[in-house]
Amino acid sequence: MSENVYIIGAGIHPFGRTDGRSGREQGVYAVREALSDAGLDWPDIECAYGGSAAAGSADIMVNELGLTSLPFTNVANGCATGGSALAASQQAIASGMYDLALAVGFDKHPRGAFNAKPSDYGLPEWYGQTGMMLTTQFFALKIQRYMQLHGISRTTLGRVAEKAFRNGTLAPHAWRRSPVDLDTIMNAPMINDPLTKYMFCSPAEGAVALILASEKKMKELGADGVKIRSIAVKTRPPNSFEVFQAGVSIEEGGKPTVLASKAAFERAGIGPEDIGVAQLQDTESGAEIMHMAENGFCKDGDQEEWLANGWSEIGGRLPVNTDGGCLACGEPIGASGLRQVYENVEQLRGRAAARQVPGASGNGPRFGYSHVYGAPGLSAVAILERV
Amino acid sequence: MGHKIDPNLWSDGPQPHLMGGKLPSGQIVFPMPVGDAAQGVEPYKLARRGKLWSWTSQGFLPKDPYEGPGSGPGEGPPDFQPFLLGYVELPGEVIVESRIVDARLEDLHLGIALEFCIVPFNATHDTFAFRPVASSESTKEHRAA
Repeated sequence: MSENVYIIGAGIHPFGRTDGRSGREQGVYAVREALSDAGLDWPDIECAYGGSAAAGSADIMVNELGLTSLPFTNVANGCATGGSALAASQQAIASGMYDLALAVGFDKHPRGAFNAKPSDYGLPEWYGQTGMMLTTQFFALKIQRYMQLHGISRTTLGRVAEKAFRNGTLAPHAWRRSPVDLDTIMNAPMINDPLTKYMFCSPAEGAVALILASEKKMKELGADGVKIRSIAVKTRPPNSFEVFQAGVSIEEGGKPTVLASKAAFERAGIGPEDIGVAQLQDTESGAEIMHMAENGFCKDGDQEEWLANGWSEIGGRLPVNTDGGCLACGEPIGASGLRQVYENVEQLRGRAAARQVPGASGNGPRFGYSHVYGAPGLSAVAILERV
Repeated sequence: MGHKIDPNLWSDGPQPHLMGGKLPSGQIVFPMPVGDAAQGVEPYKLARRGKLWSWTSQGFLPKDPYEGPGSGPGEGPPDFQPFLLGYVELPGEVIVESRIVDARLEDLHLGIALEFCIVPFNATHDTFAFRPVASSESTKEHRAA
C-alpha cells in the first residue's frame, strides 16, 4: 500500500421502511448526499464499487447519476458487501491508480426473518426443510453457550437492546426512534431463547455512500477528510463455529472476527485501548456482547460489568453502537457495514450532534472502529483516524 | 413411520445412527459430504449418545424452505408447533445440530446426556432428533409399568 486514503464525503438514506422508493433509488439518494458533503459533482468520481443483497445491481445507478463512462464494479458479498466495496475503493486509491472513488451499499428486504436457500450455501436440503437454517437460531445458540461459560445474564442482553433504542432516538438516520424500557424488552415474546423480539434487529431498507480520496486530492479540494488507518476482511479459519453449520468441529477453532480485528490493529499500529468509538455487529443483543470481546475491547465475561456500569454508553469509556446499531437501524444487508463507517465518520468529524462522543479532547474521538459480521462466517473491520 | 427426510441422513435398522464422514485426515464431519466433496471421505456411523453443547427454541414459523407444520397450503403461524433445537457433542467425533425432543426448555443445561432418535416431522416424513437419556429411560419404565 502506498497512498494514504481519506473519506471526504459521507451520505446516508434514512434506514427503515421507505414505501415507493426502491433500494437502488435510496442508493442514488445517498450518493448525492455524499457528493454534496464532499463538494463534488458526479462526473468528478473516477471509479465506483457497490452493491446490494436483494435490491439489484449498483452499476445501474448511472442511469440516474449520469453516464460518465466510469468503471463501476458490482459487489455481491452478502453481509460484507459494504465492507468489500469500501476495501476495493480504498485499494483503488492506495494503488495510485485513482484519486476519487465511490463506495456504495443499499438494500430493501421483505419483512420477517431472512430466508436462505440451502444450495446457495452448499448445504443439504433437509437442513432448510426441517427448520434449522435460520440466522436467528445461530446467534441464539452462540450466545446461549457463551452465557453459560462466561456468566452473562439475561438482563445484560436486555441492557444492550435498551441502549440501542436509546441511542437510536438521537440518530436522524435510525429506524427505531423511540426508547424501549428494560421490562418491555425482557418480557417481549421469545424468538429464539434467550433472545426476545426486541433483542433482534429486523431486515430493513437503507443506503450509504462514501467518497474516498487520495491525500493529494483531499488537500487540493480543501476537503474535511477522515483517514482510513486500516481495513481487514477475513473469512473462516479451520474449525470455526459460524452461521449455517449442521456440524461443528470438536476442536475449538479460530474466529473470523478475532482475525480481522488483530489484522486491522496490527496494520494501524494501535491497540483497542486507543479506540474512542466503536460500531460492532449487533444482529442481536448477544452479538454485541460477544463481539466486544472478539474485537479485543474486553475479556470474556467482563461485559456483565460493562453493561451494568454503562461503560459502552455514549458518555462511557468506550461508546459502542452510538447510532443504535442494527438493533435500532435495522439491517439492509448491503448498506449495514457502511452505516457503521458513516457513523464513525460523523463522530470523528464532530458532527454527530446529540449523540456526539466527546472524546479526550472534547472535539470528538480520534480513532473510530467498525466491525461487520455475516454469513457464511466473515468479518470486516475498518479503523478510521481523525488527523 | 414416514419417509426419511433425506435417504442418506441416518442408517437403517433397529439402532439407527446419524451418518457422518471420516476425512483422510481422520477428522469426523457432519453431514457426510456429497458430490465431488465426498471423494476420499468414508461414510461414518456417528455415536448415538452425546452431550448438550448449546440449545435454543424456535418460536416462530420459519419461511420457505421449511416444510414442517404451518408451512402447508392453507396453513400459517397458528398451525406452527414451536420446537427446541441445539448442538450435541458426540465425544471424540463432531458436534451436530439437531432437534431436541421430549424435553422442556427449562430442563436443558450444558452437558446433559442425550440420545439419538427418529421422530415424525410432518404428515409424510420423519426426521432425526436427540432426547434426554433420562426421559427415554423413564418412558421405557412407564411403558413397562
